[in-house]
Amino acid sequence: MDIKVALVGNPNTGKSTLFNRLTGLNQKIGNFPGITVDKKTGFTKLADGQEVEIIDLPGTYSLYPKSKDESIVFQVLADKDNSSHPDVIILIVDASNLKRNMLLFSQVADLGIPMVLALNMTDLSDKQGIYIHINKLAERLGVQVIPISARNNVGIDKLKQAVANTNKIATQIGAVDVNFLAPEAISEIKKKIKSDNDYYALQVLHQHEHLTFFTEQEQGEIEQIEQAHKFESAKVQAAETIARYKHLSTILADVVIDKGTAQKFSFSDRLDSILTHKVWGFAIFLLILFVIFNAIFAWSSYPMEWIERGFGWITSMGHEHLPAGMLTDLLLDGVVAGLGGIFVFIPQIAILFAFISILEDTGYMSRVTFMMDKIMSKVGLNGKSVVPMIGGLACAVPSIMAARNIENWKDRMITIMVTPLISCSARLPVYILLISIIIPSKTILGIISLQGLALMVMYLVSFVAAIVVAWVMKIIIKTKEKSYFIMELPIYRMPRWKNVLFTMYEKSKTFVFEAGKVIIAISIILWVLASFGPGNRFDNIDQKYASALADTTKNTDHIKTLVATEKLENSYVGILGHFIEPAIRPLGYDWKIGIGLITSFAAREAFVGTMATIYSVDGGDEDSVTIRQRMEASVNSKTGLPVYTFATGISLMLFYAFAMQCMSTVAIVYRETKGWKWPVIQLAYMTAMAYVAALIAYQFLK
Amino acid sequence: MKLSHLKVGETGTIVAFTDLEMSVKLMEMGCLPGEVVEVERFAPFGDPMAIRVAGYQLCLRKSEADVIIIQ
Repeated sequence: MDIKVALVGNPNTGKSTLFNRLTGLNQKIGNFPGITVDKKTGFTKLADGQEVEIIDLPGTYSLYPKSKDESIVFQVLADKDNSSHPDVIILIVDASNLKRNMLLFSQVADLGIPMVLALNMTDLSDKQGIYIHINKLAERLGVQVIPISARNNVGIDKLKQAVANTNKIATQIGAVDVNFLAPEAISEIKKKIKSDNDYYALQVLHQHEHLTFFTEQEQGEIEQIEQAHKFESAKVQAAETIARYKHLSTILADVVIDKGTAQKFSFSDRLDSILTHKVWGFAIFLLILFVIFNAIFAWSSYPMEWIERGFGWITSMGHEHLPAGMLTDLLLDGVVAGLGGIFVFIPQIAILFAFISILEDTGYMSRVTFMMDKIMSKVGLNGKSVVPMIGGLACAVPSIMAARNIENWKDRMITIMVTPLISCSARLPVYILLISIIIPSKTILGIISLQGLALMVMYLVSFVAAIVVAWVMKIIIKTKEKSYFIMELPIYRMPRWKNVLFTMYEKSKTFVFEAGKVIIAISIILWVLASFGPGNRFDNIDQKYASALADTTKNTDHIKTLVATEKLENSYVGILGHFIEPAIRPLGYDWKIGIGLITSFAAREAFVGTMATIYSVDGGDEDSVTIRQRMEASVNSKTGLPVYTFATGISLMLFYAFAMQCMSTVAIVYRETKGWKWPVIQLAYMTAMAYVAALIAYQFLK
Repeated sequence: MKLSHLKVGETGTIVAFTDLEMSVKLMEMGCLPGEVVEVERFAPFGDPMAIRVAGYQLCLRKSEADVIIIQ
């Protein structure tokens, strides 16, 4: 790689669009070492053949970070040994709102790294009647200024050329002399870190706690200098910001000529008065939600079916053509089945993110946040938690990924922690099965179906649970980070369809690769546990049925099921089911349900499949007998009473409502929080809640 | 007078902040002393509020608008 370029800019300036323009699909997402922030890098080639690595740094309004994501920007720019430290910075600003955007430019310029200024959205500023004297601006700043429109692919080549032209030495004219802010402290720091840059020294005073490249001893020494000179970070930051804006006023004087402010926002204003209206605002929001839901369920059903069939086909073809044996079984029933379980989520993920990216791109999402913040903040959430929580009705996995938009760490964690409580689509088959067993298929008042009502109650329970848990966590989780809701409301615009497609692709890819690893591991473990038993139990079962199977005159299908069922009971999973029986008996479950609970960890809907296998014994050999009828007919081997009473059914549904029985979610929480702490806490609290709720329900109802 | 006390459509000029830490964030977002702000709308439940400042629309909670003293 010949040159490293970093993209720096405010949020909503088209930074990601420019990044996609520059790199195309030639990009990857990695991690900044030691920090839980995604690092987007991409590659491009300049006209003179130089290879360029481009790093997309998180959008920020200033070098003083307000969130973890933002703190990356200074860490990368400050540390010359950081693998992402750039040779050239492209600072991208929104030309239609130059002054505020230039604050970041003026801070970055003073760090003394060579840079180019990209004036984006020039098409928009032209329309708004803002004229910018490019040459005058370039002359005053001492850097190349390139007008571009990333959205319309204008000026990108010129920008690349400017990067190629940029010197190894920074040419920008020092913006603000910050020395006056803390002269003694700055000069001592400069000596300590052997730098001649006043602003860098000042930043070190402010932010050294975030800078990992200082040793503990150095940190202590810097701390001492701070204290010796009574360095007050917030006060100095305020003074610096004012000084910078003052300087910018002189720089931008007669550079920006604004012809018509009054007309500019009339379209956005009119839309806002409808979209954030007391009545219409919520009505439209509900309508949009309905469309999204409908799409997630309706549009994904066919592709999901194809994926399931495809994987089923691979498995059956594999069993037909590969040599029979353990390795084949492991590959097909462990790995391929696990992969199928991952891929089947792709349609829902892609559809949900298509909608999210459209809503974000158009600027509507920030209005939803604006409308909902008041309600959500009451229970420790944030206006921005609305999106993940609603997506949770379809699937917690993409929704937890969507929680990344929440800048505040605590709000984001609470959102991630409660999203899996929202009743997702995988619980639906379980609820439907159980409700059909325990709730009579009657109507009350002639129209309201009792079963439908029960289903709705389960959904309401999930929402109430999420709100209560969020409220509890708001009290428990401590953070120093302040919760802000100071947010730009961008003007409405058409979505960029390429971005939408790209987001769908990117999110699906991230899910498959990141969550996939864990899911495959757990699938293999589950497969091993279900396929093997201790000692020679399996051999004994085979021997027991050998003669019956050898009889070719009769249909042996039923015998095969019997063998499979008996093997499952004697497998490690079955033994585990028996083992946990004492613990789940107070909830009204027997060991068979215990096995269901264990296999459900692969995915909740696995409960239905497991029950189908296990109850093939009790229900007799007729294929026409459904799982439901078999389950209804089943009796407890010890007490002789029916297993699925009303109490057991309710207890089981509550257990499924609260328990974290979804390894995909565990995997994605692990990925999003970059550690095991949060997924383990989540697993523990949800299991505890499920157990207690199921216990209370059963003991009261039995 | 505090910014949070303005009604929709009213304007004021920022003169000072009562919270130092919040003032840094607000100034970075363009809310500088001397800058004119106009209240555009309130969210349906009365909070947060949207204001026009420095040529764009900013939303903030009332508790955050409380620290902005206007004239």
